[in-house]
Amino acid sequence: MLKVSIALSLVALYALYSFVVYTDGTESRVSFPAAEQALISEGKQIYQDKNCQACHQIYGLGGFLGPDLTTGYSDKHRGEPFLRAMMTSGGSRMPNFRLNNRQVDALIAYLKYVDSTATPIKQPR
Amino acid sequence: MLTQQLHPSSSHARKLSIFSSDKAAFSFIGLSMSYLALGLLFGVLGGFQYLLPDFLRTHLAFEKIRPLHVYLAIAWIFTMAQGGIYYFLPRISRRPLVWAQGAWIHFFLQLLTSAGIIVAFFLGYFGGREYLEFPPVLGIFIALSWVPFVVNFFGTLKPDYVNAPVYYFSWTIGIVFFFVTFSESYLWLFDHFNNNQIRDTTVQWKALGTMVGSWNMLVYGTSIYMMEKIRGDQKISRSPIVFFFFFVGFTNLLFNWGHHTYIVPAAPWVKTVAYVISMTELLIFGQIVYKFRKTLSEAQKNYHSITYRLLSFADLWIFLNLGAAIAISVPALNYYTHGTHITVAHAMGTTIGINTMLLFAAVFYILQKYQPAVLEKNRKLVGRGIVIANISLVIFWFALIGSGLVKISGQLENQAFAQIMEASKPFFRMFTASGVLIMVGLVMMIVGAFIVLLRPARPKIRVQPAVRGVSIRGEVPAKEMSGQ
Repeated sequence: MLKVSIALSLVALYALYSFVVYTDGTESRVSFPAAEQALISEGKQIYQDKNCQACHQIYGLGGFLGPDLTTGYSDKHRGEPFLRAMMTSGGSRMPNFRLNNRQVDALIAYLKYVDSTATPIKQPR
Repeated sequence: MLTQQLHPSSSHARKLSIFSSDKAAFSFIGLSMSYLALGLLFGVLGGFQYLLPDFLRTHLAFEKIRPLHVYLAIAWIFTMAQGGIYYFLPRISRRPLVWAQGAWIHFFLQLLTSAGIIVAFFLGYFGGREYLEFPPVLGIFIALSWVPFVVNFFGTLKPDYVNAPVYYFSWTIGIVFFFVTFSESYLWLFDHFNNNQIRDTTVQWKALGTMVGSWNMLVYGTSIYMMEKIRGDQKISRSPIVFFFFFVGFTNLLFNWGHHTYIVPAAPWVKTVAYVISMTELLIFGQIVYKFRKTLSEAQKNYHSITYRLLSFADLWIFLNLGAAIAISVPALNYYTHGTHITVAHAMGTTIGINTMLLFAAVFYILQKYQPAVLEKNRKLVGRGIVIANISLVIFWFALIGSGLVKISGQLENQAFAQIMEASKPFFRMFTASGVLIMVGLVMMIVGAFIVLLRPARPKIRVQPAVRGVSIRGEVPAKEMSGQ
């Protein structure tokens, strides 16, 4: 009985710890109309379905063959037109995923949203 | 079906005891090494894609190669850890596995799941999450495949944790936290997490960071068990200091992931705690250096032992990796190093240098007990493989760090990504070439192990039918497995 109580207490503590980590400081600072939110979610799903993270990073998660995309949308070397062109036709390393316009729009909406959450890391070092 | 148990009072008999579940354990070991061989192959192919962008681009592009490499490397770690534990459990508890058929169910379920995952990757079906890049539905089968393992672990060992050796705790924490973090990593399926990038990123880093810690617990538990048996000294796994380090490791498992989130705009206290916890690794670091020196004469004495050699190499890699880990945990440095190949150097040093060396130590420890004469014949092949793999890994490690430094420098100079990639080419060549050599070295070790594993065993004694219910508390006497 003692062992079960100890185990349950530890599980409860871990759950509390996780709850705090996932709620404290993670509140969304931006909100979108329903239609835009749907487009962002669609873009995120495409990002996952095409396994974009194999080559690209968002907040340090992902591979290194392609550039980091956390602030790709506002990057002066890239920006929306460049991202759109890469998504449409691929590049020297990036395959052409034959995405349609709707999919490209959704991916752009998602990357724009990610960029908007990344304000602290865009500040000068 | 069961072909043991020998009379426990006869040390000689125990030394040669064979458990029916050993076949399952050996199958896990064979499967794990097959995962490793395939994982290495895909890793090398991925390396070539850094140099030759068109290489296999049409049918096996990097978005397929990377998940194949990552999944197979991870599968090597947890499958071998499970195989080792299946082999050790009956020997520790002095009774057969409580559900021997369960081990086979586990084996085939895991084999089928892995086959499904590999096919999904080849066909281009992804889950698109770090580490867990397969479609989420396959995660259910992975979790199910672990159930027989859990039943066998707790049912066979019946751990009461009072006066228990530290590896009981390491294995228990490893198993429990695998389930906890594996479930946690799928929180993104809920909109509350999926629609909030910061929360979702935090879930990935926290769940996966702790999951890696859970595998490490399985591997470290196995290593301490082996060290206890090789030294023939039960104190090593029961001393206060080893429990202290277990506690430090456990705390790291819970909090250390936070140093990956310095760039994530989540709660600042997480970063502070993570930094402080990361610094506790200094304690481990100091202890390792101390122990390494202290056991040097022991190392020379045991130089002939493949297992001891692998443990010594693992020690060296712990030394190198902790030094690097402590450096890149400093927030000011982490800001620049994160998202570069320096992080990969840390991951590869840990996966190949520490985990793989420790797991191979377990492979050869088991094979030494199984077929010492056959292993002796292949000692040179394995020994050369160990040396080639480790020397190549040093080059590989420095090439990754070099490539990371080039990227940092390029970012500071505001260079475009293509310019940075061009400037990194010499290091890409270096890590691809050394990656090929790592594969050669590790494959030599795998071949040596398979030769022993596939040779039919010739028992020197008649194996008795099973005697169920024979249970002796406590550990096997030191003499039995001291290697003397």
